[in-house]
Amino acid sequence: MRLAAHGIPFPAERVVTTASEAAEAAATLGYPVVVKLGGDTIAHKTERGLVRLRLGDAAAVHEAATSLLAAATPDDGAVHLLVAPMLSGQRELIAGLHHDAQFGMTVMLGVGGILAEAVADVAFRLVPVSRGDAASMIDDLATQKLLGPFRGEPAVDREALVDVIVGLSAAAVADPSIVAADLNPLIVVAGRPVAVDALVEVA
Amino acid sequence: MGAVNAEGFRALFEPRAVLVAGVSTHPGKFGFVSLHNLLASGYAGGVYGTSREVGEVLGIPIVASVEDLPDGVIDLVFVCTPAAANADLLRACAGKGIRAAFLASAGYAEVGEEGKALQDELVALAEELGMLVAGPNGQGVVSTPAQLCAQIVAPYPPAGGIAIASQSGNFISSFMNYSVQTGVGVSRAVSAGNAAQVTIPDYLEFFATDPVTTVALAYVEGVPDGRVFYERTRAVAARKPVVLVKGGATAGGQRAAASHTGSLASDDRVFDGMCRQAGITRAATIEEAFEAAATFATQPWPRGNRVVVLTTAGGWGVVAADAITRSSLTLAPLPDDLREALDGCLPPRWSRNNPVDLAGAETRDTIPEVIDLIVGHPEVDAVVYLGLGIQSNQAALMRGGPFYPDHGLERIVLYHERQDARFAQAAADASERYDKPVLTATELAVTHPDNAGPVAVRASGRICYPTANRAVTALDHLWRHVRNRQSDPKE
Repeated sequence: MRLAAHGIPFPAERVVTTASEAAEAAATLGYPVVVKLGGDTIAHKTERGLVRLRLGDAAAVHEAATSLLAAATPDDGAVHLLVAPMLSGQRELIAGLHHDAQFGMTVMLGVGGILAEAVADVAFRLVPVSRGDAASMIDDLATQKLLGPFRGEPAVDREALVDVIVGLSAAAVADPSIVAADLNPLIVVAGRPVAVDALVEVA
Repeated sequence: MGAVNAEGFRALFEPRAVLVAGVSTHPGKFGFVSLHNLLASGYAGGVYGTSREVGEVLGIPIVASVEDLPDGVIDLVFVCTPAAANADLLRACAGKGIRAAFLASAGYAEVGEEGKALQDELVALAEELGMLVAGPNGQGVVSTPAQLCAQIVAPYPPAGGIAIASQSGNFISSFMNYSVQTGVGVSRAVSAGNAAQVTIPDYLEFFATDPVTTVALAYVEGVPDGRVFYERTRAVAARKPVVLVKGGATAGGQRAAASHTGSLASDDRVFDGMCRQAGITRAATIEEAFEAAATFATQPWPRGNRVVVLTTAGGWGVVAADAITRSSLTLAPLPDDLREALDGCLPPRWSRNNPVDLAGAETRDTIPEVIDLIVGHPEVDAVVYLGLGIQSNQAALMRGGPFYPDHGLERIVLYHERQDARFAQAAADASERYDKPVLTATELAVTHPDNAGPVAVRASGRICYPTANRAVTALDHLWRHVRNRQSDPKE
């Protein structure tokens, strides 16, 4: 994966093609799990209803996987199922890459995850970024309370978040064919950001 | 970029002699106004003029052709002639050893394709001649070390450390009007006009090396090559503060994009991030930009963000504290030993906390003593002083009233005015003694600019901020710049 090589943390994930294989993978990973429909041309899984959360047993996984496979359209091309542990965290962030017409490749950090566009609390920097730049992006966010200890969860590990931003920047430098990327949501699990869903657009 | 070099900038900002090309006898025309402003502002170098009509204007002999001028004497030509005439003019000027030109002439890229072609030719000619060509379509250039006011508008500002470059000539005037008002002076000011050959980053790079400049102040609308602007401006900001205000910040807005990141990437957010990364001090408004630049130019840099507010009355301090809370600054907890020291010179009704509210408890020497104690304390990084000038404001009412100068009014009026001048000086003295920023704010700076308090602040070389909020905003910019320098070794 283009981003994992640069230290972006992803949940352990299994790629399978049938509902039965999905149930086997879930048993290995441990319940609850998430099952998503994946494919080279599939973006914005949440909006299309291609993500099934909090599946607690084999029957639920089997049923979800079956309906996801049925939801694929001819435009989607070859599809597969992604099975991952259901990570829980009350805070969602977003990070990504965007090619700006004026300033070239930029990296973004924001709060809100799937609500990010509505919250609109984001910071941008030009790629490449230093660790100091990345730290200042975290400082720029208005919703600082969300980054401290929150509802029984520890404060967000700022160094881990800096790693994500610097990792995105490094991925863009290493692969100039990347024109955009979304880590959305970037769920804070026990204080550490994990990219539950990622989209990379290449030229 | 070959001709845009130190020698060209020296010719632009420190010319030994100036030629005005296209002098007019009509006092409403640029060709007259520019000559007038040059002569009226005390420029000591030689002044020459050319025009189709020979004769004498404002005591300067006007000749028909550059050929009639002496060789190797003139450094700068201020061009008011029509665009079509300028290529021949600049060739002739180069032949006389002129190394820089400022083109006020319009008729270039701002008028469309034909003008754009003319502008491209102008840049090619400038490079061929090895001449620095500022503008075209600009309002002029000011350089106080040379007492140079080569521009088609007012004002001519006092001398100081702020260097200004602007894509809009009008904002050169606005910034210099604030300079006149506040007394915080300008080193250089140049209207970039269409910025054909010499661009904003070129000026900023010159300002970075310019010994009379302490801070650069720029207004930009478009940044044609964003990456180059970023790289070059970042290098400048590492040497000297760069204060920037951008017009058109809300234009563009958010765009439809395939990615969430792209849909959040408005022009302004990306520009803002670029400024943060480059170490540029971005101001939201023209007055905020000037006040930030004036603060960089006149105040010591803070070593930390612990601020004490000193006020003679409650409400002012409360509002200042609110502003500090919303900024990157912190309202310093009042150190115990400082509280005890203040107890020693104040009656018990003072606030005993930060804001230090004297609550009218001051006597003749209290304020200078209190200022010195607070500014000198090692756990205080900066001070905002509020309430200056209230005594002199009362004095003004007494002086203008029917009872003056009897009933002891003359004596008390003079006493009040002396006291306010003393307080302002005490703030400046403590700032210098302890090398810490001390910002004085009162609306009297604009409502009654001849009040003895603001007058004394200006005489000390500092800006008297019109509100506590604006003082806090300026101090916030100062601290952010210092913090950025401290924390950001580029890895």
